[in-house]
Amino acid sequence: MSPVVKRKGECFTLPGKYLLFILTFVCIVMMLVTFGTDVFNGPLNTVVGYCVVPFEKGIGRIGSWISNRSDELMSIRSLLDENESLKEEVAQLTEENTILQQDKYELNKLRELLSLDEQYGEYEKIGARIISRDSGNWYSVFIIDKGTDDGIDVDMNVIAGGGLVGRITAAGPNWARVTSIISDNSNVSAMTITTEDNLIVSGDLQLMSEGVISFSQLVDSSNQVSEGDKIVTSNISDKYLPNILIGYIHTINRDNNNITKSGYITPAVDFEHLSEVLVITDLKQQIEEEE
Amino acid sequence: MLRKLVVALFIGVCFILQCSVFGAFTFVGIVPNLMIILTSSFGFMRGEKEGFVIGFFCGLLSDIFFGDFLGFYALVLMYIGFINGKFSRIFYPEDIKLPLALIITSDLSYGILCYILMFLLRGRFHFLYYFKSVILPEALYTILVTIFLYPIILLVNGMLEKRERRSEQKFV
Repeated sequence: MSPVVKRKGECFTLPGKYLLFILTFVCIVMMLVTFGTDVFNGPLNTVVGYCVVPFEKGIGRIGSWISNRSDELMSIRSLLDENESLKEEVAQLTEENTILQQDKYELNKLRELLSLDEQYGEYEKIGARIISRDSGNWYSVFIIDKGTDDGIDVDMNVIAGGGLVGRITAAGPNWARVTSIISDNSNVSAMTITTEDNLIVSGDLQLMSEGVISFSQLVDSSNQVSEGDKIVTSNISDKYLPNILIGYIHTINRDNNNITKSGYITPAVDFEHLSEVLVITDLKQQIEEEE
Repeated sequence: MLRKLVVALFIGVCFILQCSVFGAFTFVGIVPNLMIILTSSFGFMRGEKEGFVIGFFCGLLSDIFFGDFLGFYALVLMYIGFINGKFSRIFYPEDIKLPLALIITSDLSYGILCYILMFLLRGRFHFLYYFKSVILPEALYTILVTIFLYPIILLVNGMLEKRERRSEQKFV
């Protein structure tokens, strides 16, 4: 007799093990399909975006409101002290500023002389708020409250506080997923600003808690790269726009092969306390087309 | 029908809580795994079928938002729900030891499975480090949350079961 029993007057139900088998098969097919393509992403992202994201936005707003109020209370006293010292600093900075402005004027003039166009003009940016973090503890991924409706698309770069945060890896109509550069599965092609040597910056879960990320494959034959050097995204990266600050070299070691060097970078962004980010809406490809 | 609605509500609320509220209350940067709590408690309360169906949807939700490809968490959570369902025969609502033991085992095995499939295969061999800094804290935090969340799930499930029994009696 067939194990799929159908009695009179009873709804048709699949036995558990068949359903389990079917769902397992569905999972495996989905994994295989979405590994290379993103067929399901469009409709699924839209549906979930409208079911879940509004709640997350609401909770995020309440949470940030509460933390803002408590921060305000906590910081009044320290603000008074800070105000004093800041006033002194303002005086100092105004002076410095005038000097810098003179320098800038001179620089502009010299640039014109050299007919050196500014290679990378100001990028178009959109501000976005982080509304939820990764539900697991393995990767450093978060969701922001802007999506394709706001002009955000996959592979756009995300920055905060002047440094590179990561890039968009999925986008729904009103949300987008950002994979940060400290995430274990992220690799960024970068270069040193002084010598323009290329290197690979890769996130590592083990180093995430120490606040550093690792780099490798730095070819520094003339031994000029040193600790504290600025690391920016490189010209040859597929996904990242050039010259975005990643961080500063923390430690540097020679690899066993005696050719390349590796070490750690202190990121320019404080990943622990991110709440707002800027998404650069220019894509790398478009710039290549323009050139 | 009511049961499906309530369970869907549970999954939604827990997922949102896990991503937003618990994201703000992390212990050493670790988030508890509410999806495991839901999957495994419905598994041992209601049996295999409900366990793996709920696991599938919990995992799918995580996949859509945070996975690089769909189906991975769904598959893992589905089997966790299924195995937990095997224990529904020795489950009594009064007993708290079995649920706690099952949930902590589920979370540990979930962590170890994630480590093997996503990290070991990419050549990250420091198992002890990952165990100490991710898997174990997550399991402990999860069990702490379970102590508060589990009675609510149990209560709601009890109410649903009572209602279902009453409507069954009406027909008889």
